[in-house]
Amino acid sequence: MLDLIELGLFITLLVVGFFAGTIVEKRHYASIRKREREFADVLAFSVRFPPDRVTPQRAFLVHGTVVISSDYFKTFVAGLRNLFGGRVRSYETLLERARREALLRLKHDARRQGAKLVICVRFETTTISTGWAASIEVFAFGTALIPERAAAIDFPARSVVAA
Amino acid sequence: MLVSNLELVPGRRVVAHYGIVQGSTVRAKHVGKDIFAGLKNIVGGELKGYTELMQEARQEAVERMIAEAQSMGANAILNVRFATTSIAAGAAEILAYGSAVQLDGV
Repeated sequence: MLDLIELGLFITLLVVGFFAGTIVEKRHYASIRKREREFADVLAFSVRFPPDRVTPQRAFLVHGTVVISSDYFKTFVAGLRNLFGGRVRSYETLLERARREALLRLKHDARRQGAKLVICVRFETTTISTGWAASIEVFAFGTALIPERAAAIDFPARSVVAA
Repeated sequence: MLVSNLELVPGRRVVAHYGIVQGSTVRAKHVGKDIFAGLKNIVGGELKGYTELMQEARQEAVERMIAEAQSMGANAILNVRFATTSIAAGAAEILAYGSAVQLDGV
């Protein structure tokens, strides 16, 4: 009898996890896409040095962070995957969402402080154990630059024309 | 205090090096947040409580690093990096470190 209840609970959690998780992920992706369009004018690069002709007036650290959790269904599927090996799609989307979200928050931080250019962007990923399941934290940081000449903000298009 | 993860700030000259400075903090999450996170693990999505926790911890690590650099008389910290280590279940150390330098014209 107890086993039956346990099995019932497990199946319920799987079903709830599947439907709720799918809705949460879809909503998150929609929100990410919308904000990525909004922040398209904030440029972020991983290069270590700013482009020529950009002499910064101000340079400061900007960052974005997000802790995100997988759902019950996906955690279970990923557990099954461990038996056979291969691509774990359910975790791929989780990490992708986290990275894009962290980058968006970094851009938000940059724009809030009046910068439109961020260079030397780095990502850090940490697993945070929350009981039986794992959540991940993605932390993005970089250096925001505010160019000396206001016109230079429109780089790169303008600097290419100038050359 | 200029804090950046660049090795060199273009247009600024490093006139003195003071060596490495660091700031760290060890944080634990509280039970309430843990229970909520356990529920959130069923449906998935962002764990806002944890995001805030990590943000505050990093903020504190950076502030401690800045305090150390200030005590040395530096006016900038370059090449800043971060590291996160989980010490035990539920506790993590967050470390910020960089090179304290004197830049001209800040």
